[in-house]
Amino acid sequence: MELSNYKDIFVFVEQRDREIQNVSYELISKARELAEKNNEQVVAVLLGYQMDAQLETLIHYGADRVLYASNSELDQYQTEPYAQAFTQIVNTYKPAVVLIGATTIGRDLAPRLSARIKTGLTADCTSLEMSDEGDLLMTRPAFGGNLMATIMCKEHRPQMSTVRPGVMIKGEKDKTRTGVIESVEIQFDPSKFKVKLLETVKEAKKLVDITKAKVLVSGGRGVGTTEGFEQLYALADTLGAEVSSSRAMVDAGVISHDRQVGQTGKTVRPDLYFAMGISGAVQHVAGMEESDYIIAINKDSDAPIFQTADLGIVGDVNKIVPLLNEALKKERAKRSE
Amino acid sequence: MKIIVCIKQVPDTTEIRLNPETGTMIREGVPSIMNPDDKSGLEVALSLKDQWGAHVTVLTMGPPQADDILREAYAMGVDRAIHLTDRKFAGADTLATSQAIAGAIKQLEYDLIITGRQAIDGDTAQVGPQIAELLDIPQVTYVEQITKDGNQFTIKRKNEAGYQMLQVSSPCLITVLSSANEPRYMTVSGILNAYKKEVDLWGFDQINVAEEHLGLKGSPTRVVKSFTKGAKAMAQMHEVDTDKAVEIIVEKLKEKFII
Repeated sequence: MELSNYKDIFVFVEQRDREIQNVSYELISKARELAEKNNEQVVAVLLGYQMDAQLETLIHYGADRVLYASNSELDQYQTEPYAQAFTQIVNTYKPAVVLIGATTIGRDLAPRLSARIKTGLTADCTSLEMSDEGDLLMTRPAFGGNLMATIMCKEHRPQMSTVRPGVMIKGEKDKTRTGVIESVEIQFDPSKFKVKLLETVKEAKKLVDITKAKVLVSGGRGVGTTEGFEQLYALADTLGAEVSSSRAMVDAGVISHDRQVGQTGKTVRPDLYFAMGISGAVQHVAGMEESDYIIAINKDSDAPIFQTADLGIVGDVNKIVPLLNEALKKERAKRSE
Repeated sequence: MKIIVCIKQVPDTTEIRLNPETGTMIREGVPSIMNPDDKSGLEVALSLKDQWGAHVTVLTMGPPQADDILREAYAMGVDRAIHLTDRKFAGADTLATSQAIAGAIKQLEYDLIITGRQAIDGDTAQVGPQIAELLDIPQVTYVEQITKDGNQFTIKRKNEAGYQMLQVSSPCLITVLSSANEPRYMTVSGILNAYKKEVDLWGFDQINVAEEHLGLKGSPTRVVKSFTKGAKAMAQMHEVDTDKAVEIIVEKLKEKFII
């Protein structure tokens, strides 16, 4: 493999229902930073159908070039058509780096691609750095977040990596940026299309996006029950916050998975994070440690959460929360007088 | 129907703690378990066997002590267990691991291959799809439900917003979520018999894969550094009565934030 033939940072642009997903903009912003190092380009690769109107946006967020494959086979994500399309693009354009969002789409596509292209893939990276030699330093958690490992893929190209949504920070949109848009024709082998999509179902639930909340009131085992969580919702209401949780409460069926923070849930970085009765297993901490300010309440003064928190209160969360809510309401009332 | 379930022995990462002074990982006393997603995958296979009849083989790659999870699988009701173990497989990243496992699977007959979505020690979710690619069969990941319909499977695949229903013909590979089911317990007679059963030990000679694709040599990725995040400064701690605690929090919120 002649490594020097491979250049530029490619980003797989994820679309759902023809809407570009936020994680793609986050990755383009990161790619911008990686590309500056050795004077490379950021190339956004969009596989979809009838999305011409959105291509400029990718440039506004930092792409120098957009490769756009428009085909009805690519309208909705399916493993094989996407793997064929992306493999063709890799073989034609020879990227040095490919970044993919670690979503249920990206984590389905990326390993399939890496085995087809026979290159290395590093999952769920939390930090990416470019060396002077063009090698990507990919850092990711292992052992449930207990250990961080920096991984390289020196002898193979492209260097592939997935990154979870919310881990990289989306840059500012610059409408004056210009770039090149290029259409790509894909040669499909439909004999390999063996999975048939019967139906896509969106589950009717109040959609909450805890990653966008400025304040999170997060409950764990110490809160324990649905009644306990009702107190958290009441407090969140007073604070204009959202309620989130640790994995234990999701497993117990007290709260839905879309509100789970941590390794197998969401990564959040609010201005203020309340860890209520959360012991602070590394898996949880991995998803919230970047919060600006963390207040933890726990009965156990040795709980690991206090090592991550800024303010620690040793006490019974179920007693403190209702009183705190009342106190805050009084403060509010005082202000509005 | 012939089903192969790939399982992995992992340290129970929920039991790992960091030494607060040094920030290093405490590995001692951490139990080894069958990876939870894999166990749910095994339950899917055994349920299909209950309903339709099937021959279920479990396959693991790992050091000699991984024998434990194969015995556990026997006690849950599988028909055959294969243990891939060889120094030539050591140091493998996900691709080289998948090469060895796919090589072993190529020696077997199968209609369905099941893996867990991901293992809790690495959380990569890569080996399942990589095996499928190396075997040139279709994959469905994040599976919560599967039913057999003649020569086809109807599969529920979870995603962020809900789920998709997919239809795929055999052979195929699925990766199963822990939320798919509650794995059954080992039966008493199963446990009694598990250690009497044969586990096939397979090494490099059994799988017909070139050495350059295996182990450290066959791994495109390398860990160049590993570290713990180290100890952060402890929180400013207050061990006070409830009223005082509320007062402290309110003051802090006033000072810093929204009220």
